[in-house]
Parts: sequence; structure tokens; C-alpha cells
Amino acid sequence: MVGALALSLAACGSDPGADEPNGEGSETAMDLSGDLNGGGASSQESAMEAWRAGFQGQYPDVTVNYDPVGSGGGREQFGSGAFSFAGSDAALDEDEMATAEEICGAGGVIEYPGYISPVAVAFNLEGIDTLNMSPETIANIFAGEITTWDDEAIATDNPDADLPSTDITVVHRSDDSGTTENFQEYLNTVVPDVWTYEPEGIWPIEGQESAPQTSGVVSAAQAGEGTITYADASQIADLGTVAVGVGDEFVEYSPEAAAAVVEGSPRVEGTGEHVFAYDLQRDIEGTYPIVLVSYHLACATYEDAATADLVKGFYTYILSDEGQQAAADSAGSAPLPTSLTEQFLPSVEAITAG
Amino acid sequence: MTTTDSPPAPAAPVRRRRSSGDTERGFSRTFRWIATGSGALILATLAAVALFLIVRAWPAMTASSAELADAVPRYPDDTSFLAYVGPLVFGTLLAAVLALLMATPVAMGIALFISHYAPRRLAQVLGYLVDLLAAIPSVVYGLWGIAVLAPAVGPVWLWLNEYLGWFPLFAGGASPTARVLATVSVVLAVMILPIITAVSREVFLQTPKLHEEAALALGATRWEMVRTAVLPFGQSGVISAAMLGLGRALGETMAVLMILSPGFLYSFNILQAAQQQTIAAYIALDFPEASGLAVNALIATGLALFVITLAVNMAARAIVARRKEFSGAN
Amino acid sequence: MSADTSTMDSTERTRALLTTAEPRRRRVDRAMTVLIWGAFALAMVPLVSLLWTVLFNGAGRISLEFLSYSMRGIFGGDPSGGIYHAVTGTLIITGWAALVSVPIGILVAIYLVEYGRGALARSVTFFVDVMTGIPSIVAGLFAVSLFTIFFGPGARFGFMGAVALSVLMIPVVVRSCEEMLKLVPNELREASYALGVPKWLTIVRVVLRTSVAGLTTGVLLAVARVIGETAPLLVAVGVTDSINFDAFDGRMMTLPVFIYRQYAQGLATCREGQEGCVADIALQNAWGAALTLIAIVMILNIAGRLVNRWFAPKLR
Repeated sequence: MVGALALSLAACGSDPGADEPNGEGSETAMDLSGDLNGGGASSQESAMEAWRAGFQGQYPDVTVNYDPVGSGGGREQFGSGAFSFAGSDAALDEDEMATAEEICGAGGVIEYPGYISPVAVAFNLEGIDTLNMSPETIANIFAGEITTWDDEAIATDNPDADLPSTDITVVHRSDDSGTTENFQEYLNTVVPDVWTYEPEGIWPIEGQESAPQTSGVVSAAQAGEGTITYADASQIADLGTVAVGVGDEFVEYSPEAAAAVVEGSPRVEGTGEHVFAYDLQRDIEGTYPIVLVSYHLACATYEDAATADLVKGFYTYILSDEGQQAAADSAGSAPLPTSLTEQFLPSVEAITAG
Repeated sequence: MTTTDSPPAPAAPVRRRRSSGDTERGFSRTFRWIATGSGALILATLAAVALFLIVRAWPAMTASSAELADAVPRYPDDTSFLAYVGPLVFGTLLAAVLALLMATPVAMGIALFISHYAPRRLAQVLGYLVDLLAAIPSVVYGLWGIAVLAPAVGPVWLWLNEYLGWFPLFAGGASPTARVLATVSVVLAVMILPIITAVSREVFLQTPKLHEEAALALGATRWEMVRTAVLPFGQSGVISAAMLGLGRALGETMAVLMILSPGFLYSFNILQAAQQQTIAAYIALDFPEASGLAVNALIATGLALFVITLAVNMAARAIVARRKEFSGAN
Repeated sequence: MSADTSTMDSTERTRALLTTAEPRRRRVDRAMTVLIWGAFALAMVPLVSLLWTVLFNGAGRISLEFLSYSMRGIFGGDPSGGIYHAVTGTLIITGWAALVSVPIGILVAIYLVEYGRGALARSVTFFVDVMTGIPSIVAGLFAVSLFTIFFGPGARFGFMGAVALSVLMIPVVVRSCEEMLKLVPNELREASYALGVPKWLTIVRVVLRTSVAGLTTGVLLAVARVIGETAPLLVAVGVTDSINFDAFDGRMMTLPVFIYRQYAQGLATCREGQEGCVADIALQNAWGAALTLIAIVMILNIAGRLVNRWFAPKLR
């Protein structure tokens, strides 16, 4: 009975746009078709949706799937060959690189930061939209050292704000997340004597509020007065945000200021030809230093010609101006500066079968 | 949906004919084998689930605590595996037992209402309304818990914490977001309400009419009739119903995952954030990012949950079995 | 079941006579009546609140388009697209789960009622009950591990989810069908045997025929029980935003997973003045899908009850 219902429904439903053959991609030379399966960091999900939609719009016979299983899952399943491409909030470590190279073969692994997004420090205080905070203050708040909003450390940086004596409630991610890791890396790099915890995807401090996923922490922060959290800046809704102290000034988050961090940071030496990992510098004037940098993974060579063409086509699209703009519009991410995409493109274009 | 001829289950080959005392001939024998085989298949499935859990959990249970602390993200240093699972088991039991304490009296009330109080014509419809609660998917309970329940109960928790803070359950600071175990327990209570109600209702309806009428004839009020005839008769049935509800509450995943702000402590402070976590939600939360030994550790916690639910269900069945022996109902 | 009215009248009168003399007992009776009505009213609060919340948040999103398109190529705050892929995915996976569970479940019930004796039958009864307590996430993990043995670590397809659901569904089918088969009077079986009908034909033609309404109810209630499962499908089937009718190849979307993913997605980014961009569209989608799922479950529940009511009295 259920099956019959499904069949009768099958007659009337469709994928949007399925009736329009080859929309705008009709002039493209390559003719791609087939399924491409990848997955990984859920931080990239919104951007990936935009990229997949754009790419599938050009090649209607292509289906790209992205499983937002998380960075660790993405790296592991890329290493086992289950995913043809993957997204990860952290660059591959040595062991993972060795595993991935085994799967990829002689050509090696392609790794580049494909998704850069500012991480906002967001709070819920009635009537206050923005606050200035130095890195020490931020670290002390999240470490639970500063416990009320009218604390001196906050007040000195915000002479004009009318700070209430409300208790500060820290809300962090309860799941293992790249946002947490990047946020901690920032704290650990800039104020290592205050933030002494080893940066990892899981929040190190017990006894604070938490919620799963970005939408979870945001809704938890909205639910209580005096809460503070960190989240992908495109998702923070009507929460107030912190202008973060860099050098002598306070910088509000913006995609451009976030991308500038990666642009100004040196590439990690001693890695493979196609591996673009960056050693992020958190103290460059005028940049917004709390960024989520999420990497794209692929092999330089694939056994299967169809997969090679699909990955190549998909990543070329992602790095195109059109792809970058699509992600910026829908996910609020920072478009990669041309200086970077020019470096990455040759590696992607070199993807072959064999 | 009807199973008529030739069921798909493979027919076990008929090896030899037993001659004496067997009147079955031809397909009857095959059919018996198919049916028996299906019964055995159930046992095999359960054994497969248990075996799979044990096999996958084994590496984590035998690994040294140093290895585990290295591989499993939330594994505290220098603790045995039991010390790692302990708080999770505690949290799971606490949430489920609280839900049970809230749900059972209400469910008994509803069951009595439908079986003995409501106008007979209405009773069936009202029973169906309660059953509707069971039809709502748990992910929807999660959405509702976040969007409606947590904001609604938040002030109540603050009040309880302020005025009844001396009571261990309400001690600690109340969370301003209400994403706490108390809220989770309320949601779980609502979720298991229809299960407990349904079973209790059936049991109460089975109360021998003679007992009830005898009580009334002796001048008992309706409540006295219920207390002296219905409740003693249904007692063990209600207990087993509650156990079934407990089993459901123990395994609930999505609603807990979405609502609870987790922690890993042996803490009774149900109004305070980041105190407890349940096994099912813990697995769902960490499984996506887990790899290697961490997966084994998660499955080992799953095994713990399986054993707990197994024990609860066995207890429930034992009680029901005893009731069957003594009451002579049916 | 039927209460003799004259008995009731006399007990009523006797009770009135006795209770007037003891106001305390009457007060207790009143109080308990209020409490018991109150318990029922209390249970209605979350039900009404839940249904109202889902209806209020979800009804606005329901449209023909929402029900007949997938999310393929829909991203950001784009308010087009819909849940067609999730509805079909849910129906297909649940359909497969039913296809696996129902024959096995009914056969086990037949075994227990018609054949079951001795240690095997006792242990089957017991372990079926134990199986009803398997946590759903454990069933999902089991399906993943089972299929990755044969299809490699990346295996994700609809049937895996169906197997996970079957583990949860079989015991429910067994329990309810067993009760239904027990209701078939022995006289019918004996009459059939007396006519020389073999046992298997008696079971198929007499016992199953007689209880078909009850069996249908049981099966539909079991389907309603598993159709809303999220956790096992999340780990076993993966997600996709395109329509997929093939349960043996490729990921599938299902309504519960869709709801969770949309909720997890949170707000979309809309530039100022951007046309056709709804910031909270994902949340609206989640509520709309929740309403659809509840509607499907309710239709199944009601169908089950109606089937029972229409067929049961005649045949029992």
C-alpha cells in the first residue's frame, strides 16, 4: 500500500528545473554526467549547496552529493576512498596525509582552503548591538574568569555602553566542530597565557551551556539573556556582535577582512606540490582574525576517468568567480582573493585519470 | 499487505519424514518449517545485533585508558572504561526515571479516565487522542521542545531553583536557557505517556466486572471501587507498562540531542546546564566526527545502553509473567 | 462489557444512601474524580500545544509546489523547492521496511500462535519483547556495520535504512499480529480440519482471512511507529536533495532527516534588498515537513483503525 502510494506520487513530482535541458551550460565544451559523492565539514554545507546547484545547473546530468558528516568523517571517508572529494575544517595531519596519498596514488593529494568565513563572537544583551573586546577579555569570558557583563575589562573598552550586571552565560558547541577548533586556535595563538587549552574540535571546559550545530548555539543564545557564543557569522541572526581587538583597533567582522587573514598568511612549507595549507597569522592590522578556514580535498589522479572529470569540473567551478560569488551570496562566506585562486587553479586543472 | 501463498522466506529443506505421531503431510510440513524458521530468524537477528555490538565494542573495552584518552575526544585522562561510561549511564537513567515518575501517575489517571470515568461513547475517541501523542515523530518533539517548551518552563525552573533550591534535584544554578535535563525529562514523559496509558488501559478494562460490581454493591464510591477492585488487579500490569515506557525513554535520541546542554557528571542538579548526558544522544552527537577507536568506544556505550534496555525489558516481562500466573485473567 | 442498567440503578441508589452519611468519603471520591479528569486534561496540553505549533508554523509552507518538487539546486534563502524527494524517500524506505518486516513478523506470529511450543517458542516470545527495546540508534549502527562488510565503507542506500527500521519494526508487528491471531476462535480451525483441509491451508485460508483486518491494523500501527525514526536513517542512508526512487543505489532523503537537517542549517544569508530570499526558509521547511510527516502518520493510523472497524465485526 505504501509502495503504491509512492508510485502514484512519482507521476507528479519532479526536481526543480529538470524540464529545462542544459540551461546555461550548453556552450561548455566538456560534457559531464554521472554521480559525484563527497562529504565532510558541515560548516561548508550552505556554500556546497550553492556550488552544487550552480554546477548541476551547468550540467543537468550530473548529481553531486555532499554528506555533511563532519570534518573527521570527511577526512576518514576520503582516506578510505568512500568520498571522491571532501571538505575539512582542518588540514590533513601527517598520518591522514599518508593514508590519503595511498588512495590517491602517485599524483598525491590536492588540498586548498576553499571556504573562508568569519566566526562572530555573538551575545544576547537587551539594547546592545556591538561591544569592543580585546583578545584577553574574550578568552577570560569564555574561560569563565569574567562572569558578569559589567566587569571592568569589558567596561574599559566600552565607555559608552550601558552594561547590565547580568551574569554571563557561555554557550558553546556540544558537537565536535571545526568552528570550535578554529576559535580555540585563535585564542591559543593570540593569548596563550590565558587560553592554555590545546585547540581541538571539542570544547575543553566542563560545566558551560552547549548545543549542537550552529543553529543550536544561536537559538540557545537567543533563549537566554546575557549569553555569549561563537558562530559562523552568517548565522547569528539578531544577536549582538563583538568587534575584536587587533593591535590597537577593534575590527568588526566582514568577509573581506576574514579573507585577508589567509591572504596575508604564509603557506606551510614542506608539503606536497598541490597541498596549500596555511599558517594563519592572527595579528595583521585591519583583518578580522577569528576565521573558519575549511579545506577542500581531492586526488590529483583518479582511477576512473569520469570521476576525475567530475571532480576537476566541480572544483574549477568552485574556484571560478561565479562559484565564489554564489557561495558569498548564499553562505556569507568570503570570496577567495584572486591571488589565491590563481595559485590553486593549476593544481585542480591538473587532475587526471590514470 | 496480505501474505497469501508462497511467503518469501526460504523454505528449509525437508530432510526426512518422521513417521510416528506426525499427521502433517506435504506442504503443511514445509509451512511449519517456514514459520519455525522465521521464529529462529528473530533470535538470529537479535543475536546478530548483540554480537555486532560486542565485536565492535571489544577494541574499546580492552584498550588501555591511555590509548582511549588519546583516541576518544571526550575521554578523560587516567580513567578506566567503566568510569568513562558511568556518567553516561547515570545521565541516561536519571532522565528516564524522572520521565517515568512524571508520566506514570498521569498515565494511570488517563487510563482510569478512559476505562472507568469517561462517558463510554467518548472513551474510544479520547483514547485515540492520547495515542496520537505516540504518532508524533521524536524529531518534531525536539523542535517543539526548543521552540515552545523550553521558553515556557524556563521561569518555572528559575522559581523552583530559587525557592526549593535546598532540594537536591533543584540545587545548583538554574540555566537561563532551560536546555536542561528537567526539560528533557518533561519531553520524554510526554513521549512515553501514550505507551503507558495504552497498556494500563487494557489492563484496567480487564478487571472482572463481578469484582467491580461487588465493590459497588457494598456501597463503595466510584473511587473506592477503583482503589479496591481495579488498582490491585491492574497493579502489576501498570508496572510492566511503566517498564515499557522506561525502555522507550532510555533509547530516545533526537529530542534529547536537540534540547539538552550536555555534561559528564554524576550530578542530580537537573536545572543546571552541562551536568548530564544520555547515551543515545551522546552517540548521535559524536558519531559523525568519530574515527578509529572512538567509533569502538561509542559502540561500547551503545552496548551499555542495549544491556540496560535488555535488563529493563526482562524485568518488565518477568513481572507480567508473574501476573499471568497469579491473576488467572484471560 | 455491557452493564446491566437495573443493577446500575440499584447500586446507584444504594451508594447514594451510603455516601450521604459520610461526607469525607464523598469528598475523596470527588477529589479523585477531579484528579483523574485533570490527568487527562494535563495530557491534552502538550498534544494541543504540539499540534498547534506544527500547524501554525508549518501550514503556511504547505503548497502544491512544496509537495511536488525536490530541493535539487535550491540553496540559500530560495523559497522554492520542496519535500517531494523526502516524502518519496520516506515512503520507499518505509515500504521496503514493511516488505521485509511484515512477512517475517506475521510468520513469527503464526509460529507462536499455531505451532509454538517448548523452549524455542518461549525464547522467541521473550526475545521479541526484548527487541522492542532496542534503541533506534543502535539499530542504525547495526545496519551500517552489516552492509559495510559487503559494500565497502561508503555504502549508503535506502535499503540499509529499511533494514535498520525492520529491526525496530518486526517485534511490533509480531506483538500485534500475535494478539490478532489469538482472537481467531479455535472452532473455526477445528471445522476446517474436520473438512480435511491441511493445516497450512487452514492457516492461510481460515486464520489469516479471519484476522486480516486486525493484521492490517497492526501492520499500519507498526509502520506509523517507525516512519518517524530519524537517528538510524541519518547514519545509514545519508542525505541528498534530489529525487531517488532506487532503494539499492544512492542516498535518499527522508522526512525526519530532512526536518533535522533543515533545522540544523539555520538561517540563510540574504543581502539587503535581495528579492526572493527568505532568511528563515530552512526553519519553515522543517515545520512544513513536520506537518506533512505528522499528516502521513495520522492518515496511516486512521486508516488502520477504519480498516479494523469496517472488517472486524463481520468476521470475528
